[in-house]
Amino acid sequence: MSLKKFVLGVVGAAVLAAPFTTAAPALAEDTLYLPKLVYRTGPFAPGGIPTANGAVDYWAMINERDGGVGGAKVIVEECEFGYNTDRGVECYERTKNKNNGALIYQPYSTGVTYALADRTRTDKIPLMTMGYGRADAGIGTAFPWVFPLMTNYWGQGTGIMKYIAEQEGGIDKVKDKTIALVYLDIAYGKESIPIFRTMSEKFGFNLKEYPVTFPGIEQKATWLQIRRAKPDYIVMWGWGAMNQTAIKEAKNIRFNMENFIGNWWAGAEQDTVPAGASAVGYKSATFSNAGKDYPVIQDIMKHVYAKGNGKGEDNVGQVLYNRAVITQVFIHAGILNAQAKFGVKAINGEQLRWGLENLKMDAAMNEKMGIAGMGPEISPTCADHVGGGGFFIQQWDGKKFNVVSEALTPMNDLVIPAMEASAAKYLKEKGLDAVSCN
Amino acid sequence: MFYREAGQFKSSYKEDQAIFPILQDRIGIAVLLVAAYLVVPFVMSEYLIGAIMTPFLILALAAIGLNILTGYAGQISLGTGGFMAVGAFSAYKFATWSIALGGAEGTIPLVLTILLAGVVTAIVGIMFGIPSLRIKGFYLAVATLAAQFFIEWMLVKVGWFTNYSPSGVITAPPLEILGYLFDTPAEKYIFTLTFVAIMAWAAKNLVRSHIGRGWMAIRDMDIAAEIIGFRPLQTKLSAFAVSSFFCGVAGALWAFVHLGTVEPEAFGINRSFAILFMVIIGGMGSILGSFIGAAFITLLPIFLNNVPPLIGWNIGVDMVAHLEFMIFGVLIIFFLIVEPHGLARLWTIGKEKLRSWPFPY
Repeated sequence: MSLKKFVLGVVGAAVLAAPFTTAAPALAEDTLYLPKLVYRTGPFAPGGIPTANGAVDYWAMINERDGGVGGAKVIVEECEFGYNTDRGVECYERTKNKNNGALIYQPYSTGVTYALADRTRTDKIPLMTMGYGRADAGIGTAFPWVFPLMTNYWGQGTGIMKYIAEQEGGIDKVKDKTIALVYLDIAYGKESIPIFRTMSEKFGFNLKEYPVTFPGIEQKATWLQIRRAKPDYIVMWGWGAMNQTAIKEAKNIRFNMENFIGNWWAGAEQDTVPAGASAVGYKSATFSNAGKDYPVIQDIMKHVYAKGNGKGEDNVGQVLYNRAVITQVFIHAGILNAQAKFGVKAINGEQLRWGLENLKMDAAMNEKMGIAGMGPEISPTCADHVGGGGFFIQQWDGKKFNVVSEALTPMNDLVIPAMEASAAKYLKEKGLDAVSCN
Repeated sequence: MFYREAGQFKSSYKEDQAIFPILQDRIGIAVLLVAAYLVVPFVMSEYLIGAIMTPFLILALAAIGLNILTGYAGQISLGTGGFMAVGAFSAYKFATWSIALGGAEGTIPLVLTILLAGVVTAIVGIMFGIPSLRIKGFYLAVATLAAQFFIEWMLVKVGWFTNYSPSGVITAPPLEILGYLFDTPAEKYIFTLTFVAIMAWAAKNLVRSHIGRGWMAIRDMDIAAEIIGFRPLQTKLSAFAVSSFFCGVAGALWAFVHLGTVEPEAFGINRSFAILFMVIIGGMGSILGSFIGAAFITLLPIFLNNVPPLIGWNIGVDMVAHLEFMIFGVLIIFFLIVEPHGLARLWTIGKEKLRSWPFPY
């Protein structure tokens, strides 16, 4: 081998190895590092894009308007994982130690949530799974680092049931009705099944389960079965491209859209607009209201979009966009809490956990953060990582979503024992001890 | 220069049958192993060890498994993901078995749990290998595809496999051997590396043995193999059994060591395809090729994903993801055109050239 080739080879190897080397040394100034696992590609991109845009725009606005949180600049970095659990874990590992360590993760994926639940425990980084992820993670003593921070799937299921009962004129009237549960056949969709089975036994309605295979584009056979079963209500646990397909198929079998209720991941403009006229009358749960009239959205328009720095103008004010903004507001409030308590600008993950466990998102605080009337009021504690909260049923009128119900709360007498049982089983299988909250 | 064998004479059958007959290879492997055990865990960052090296090793193990079946025995299989899932879920069942019976947790030692999971997978593999006696090639690929779908469906459908977990996700117990807990990325890496090194060594020896020669004879021409005395039934089924054993262990490691918690979706059809591509790109019928292929398929996308930000090219992550798919696809086609026998063949050619350097022919 000639010297020239040898040198070229060494240089080539160095270039190839460079992307795998560790990040540059930490910055001297105080910063808050918020990596964001996103999926702007893949079958769930319709939901992934607005949620990513909402988060990025919110922090861009905070940096622009307030110069960061409490004087510490916020660094947001996206890592694309395409709703692929392996790549999500890789993204997590890639980002967790950068810029003095990541503060929090919000993967918007049940699979990644499950995989990270253990890792964040060792790494002491909170994992915010607002309205998704493990249903049992609300038990703070078993999952000290996971924050579902909203009614979980089981709570949501019971709330939707309450709404159905209200439509029928009482919970005793649902007896002998048929309710079809259409769900995406992965961990996310299946989370809903146990609570519906429990309710079916308790309230006497007839539950029919219809799995839709991942990623949910092929549904013809499922809907033929549903047509034959003639359900009184359809409840849907869908995500991404599955939802619009389901809405169209429901229309094709001439199902009364008034009685078709999606969960809160199946109720955004991305689901109804592509379905066109079929979607009129479709209902879904939601804990984040759509619209651009809220002060926080106005600030984003003013400080980000007016200066041409926005990520996606079309998404602003949409259900999922606003939901992502609310999630970031809670993180923001958690950071403020932690900064006040520990007296440092650049807090770490452990301190943020304290901040989130001591959140008080009441009406006054929501007003202060600019999200009054836009999201739920919650007050989590160390033992209770859900912190109350309620949600609504919204209906699509062909142009926008309108809230059509009173605030719904879960049937906690059913949900909490189920969560506790599941969390206890998790601790036992993992050989872990519950964390003390005293 | 590097591979000149002058003076390396073999004077006994033992030497002639050595796994690495050339001194340079022996030194190379020794250096590689020492580096893998003693340098990598200390030099590389946690990210590289935990998120790159460990999954790479596990997938290389699965690729060895598939290579035994497809590369050496000539039985095309699309059921690798399914077999990995069997390994993962049976390891989980073994690990939690004692709890179900009311005993203490971890009564079955961890290593035994993983090996038993491999045995269960081998049995399942034999069952799905039975059709291989009557059907070949693409037809067999479709039959193994059925295994993939059936296993995935069954694990989703039957709650017993997940101990009735509401979402169908299993959670692996802590990695503990004789009271020592493997929990840092470096420790998990060493754990995986030990499994992979021993099993790769076993595979290498297996394919050089009577059994391995039987597989290759069946692959090259089954009728001729039968005439010279190999029994197709035993030979084909043993290939399925050994291959599934490897895939099962890889699946158990994937669930227990890499992810910690896993759902059947993690072992979907895409996993089967990815591992088949590793074998095709790495090199059919080559243990080394399994490693090279696994590196190509797992590391390259992550590498491509890291390049644009590194060179200061500020584009959106979605654009990076799309670029990654495009470049990756082009590279696969390029390599298959340049070297249809896989990347391992490039290494072999390189070795041949070095042997006759400076006058390669």
